[in-house]
Amino acid sequence: MEKRATYRQWWIGIGFAIPQIVLIFTFFYWPAGQAVYWSLTLQQPWGGGNIWVGLDNFREILSDPNYWASVWRSIVFAGFSTAIAMICALLLAVCVDRELTGSRLYRVVLIWPYGIAAPALALAFRFMLAPQAGLIAFVNDVWPGIWDPGLNGTDAMISVIAAFSWKYVGYDFIFFLSALQSIPRSHIEAAALDGAGVLRRLVDIQLPLLTPTVFFLLVIDITESFQDSFGIVDIMTAGGPARATELMVYKIYFDGFRGLDYSGAAAQSIILMILIMGLTILQFRFIERRVHYK
Amino acid sequence: MIERTPVLDVVTQVVLALGFVVAVLPFVVVAVAASHDLRDVNLVPMPLIPGGHFLENLTEAWTRADLGHKLFNSFVFAAGVAGGKVIVSALTAYAIVFFRFPGRQLIFWSIFVTLMLPLEVRIVPTYAVAANVLGPYQAILDVTGLTWLIERFAGVHVDLQFGLLNSYTGLILPLVATATGTFLYRQFFLTLPDELVEAAKMDGAGPIRFFFDMVLPLSRNNVAALATIMFLWAWNQYLWPLLVTTEPSHATAVTELKQLIPNVGGIPEWNIAMAGTLIVMAPTLVVVIVMQRWFVRGLIATEK
Repeated sequence: MEKRATYRQWWIGIGFAIPQIVLIFTFFYWPAGQAVYWSLTLQQPWGGGNIWVGLDNFREILSDPNYWASVWRSIVFAGFSTAIAMICALLLAVCVDRELTGSRLYRVVLIWPYGIAAPALALAFRFMLAPQAGLIAFVNDVWPGIWDPGLNGTDAMISVIAAFSWKYVGYDFIFFLSALQSIPRSHIEAAALDGAGVLRRLVDIQLPLLTPTVFFLLVIDITESFQDSFGIVDIMTAGGPARATELMVYKIYFDGFRGLDYSGAAAQSIILMILIMGLTILQFRFIERRVHYK
Repeated sequence: MIERTPVLDVVTQVVLALGFVVAVLPFVVVAVAASHDLRDVNLVPMPLIPGGHFLENLTEAWTRADLGHKLFNSFVFAAGVAGGKVIVSALTAYAIVFFRFPGRQLIFWSIFVTLMLPLEVRIVPTYAVAANVLGPYQAILDVTGLTWLIERFAGVHVDLQFGLLNSYTGLILPLVATATGTFLYRQFFLTLPDELVEAAKMDGAGPIRFFFDMVLPLSRNNVAALATIMFLWAWNQYLWPLLVTTEPSHATAVTELKQLIPNVGGIPEWNIAMAGTLIVMAPTLVVVIVMQRWFVRGLIATEK
């Protein structure tokens, strides 16, 4: 879509764009290029220049079982938290969309979780899920030692997934509800006249019309599970116990800023960048499709 | 449309009630835990009736994590990001939509690409840039041989150094350098009728006047939505502030939460930790409640 009527003073136009160009060059393109350069060289942390090593950093990363373990954990984390968040959100949105008594209240309250900073909710969940205090510690009185996120890797992973999904139910809910409400009322009413009940209409009309939103949220949730998880992991488990919750972004941070291995961290960043770009391109294809429904 | 579906209605209400409880529970637990003393908060299970130590714990968390100062930092940071985004992206979108100039498509796409790579994945090199924000330009001068030229003829060795660590600028600028808002404005500007520009031109309004007198007042809704979203997003940032602010005096409220994690060994002071959590989450919760309409609209519009 282009405008027909425009201004001809192109120098003013460029002037308007300059702040953003300078910003994205300095804080986006330069660092992204720098990451590529670092990933192909070996940098001494105390200065003294970079040595060109080609793809050695990548070879080293890709042959490191610790790296693959973090990839696998990220996949588990993304898979479970996305599935939980989306299923709960869809269910709640469908219920609110029926507009029974009280749905106005639910519509307001159910989006609160998304407004909370990941580290703050992480601390809240750390308390609620603590082994000796909080809400579920009583299971340890019944079966001693059955729940301890501080020692048991699986328990820690469950805690992190619970905290992340709690926040993203709120997010997915906003999108599902808005998509449900943009379905023309006449479709629903026509189906009702034809004798279709609530469930039949849900399965045959509403859910098919929601598929674009599902794909869209799938990509966003997975992408966010790579980024927004950092604060949750850092506050709840700090990657532990025994690296059981060390996700990809956490490992980049840890190797880069704690281990001072810039080259290794840069190589990991490049792999993650390619992954996220792939997901985003996928998303744009589905966005194209989404437009047709409107 | 009226339908009788008694069974389904009950199921719906039960699902919603469960969802409500799960959504609200953490808020309730945080608030109740913040009102107990050290002994009560560590009882299993935690008593759900509020205790009488609420203000005490709030004060303790407030002083221990120096939250007054940190909340102020957070506020400046989040408002700075929101303000920066609103201004910078409006300017850029205006340039892209209302002008024709060579390289316009290039600018559009180069901004578009930034949507793909969030700050978290390019965190290490971005940190290096923040440590010396003029580094990129110094490197360009070095590579193109301009440093040598200037040294040769002017006798000055150019060494551009300007660190942004531990400053509001360093916190804010990298987070402004993404495309989110630009596309929100672009979509909106494209819906403005061509006749508007023609009428403005006929009345003798140049591009700058048109921007300030017509386009900006018309985009008030967009400004509100974008500012709400960006304020929340920036307030909730964790990794970037954690890296850029090495001095405690520049830390934000969210990164300061780490100081409140109870130590291993001894009785954990969860009541203080939860009081701190409550203080840190309260501002964003208030923004979500008060700005609900803009929040929802902004989310849906920016992510599209």
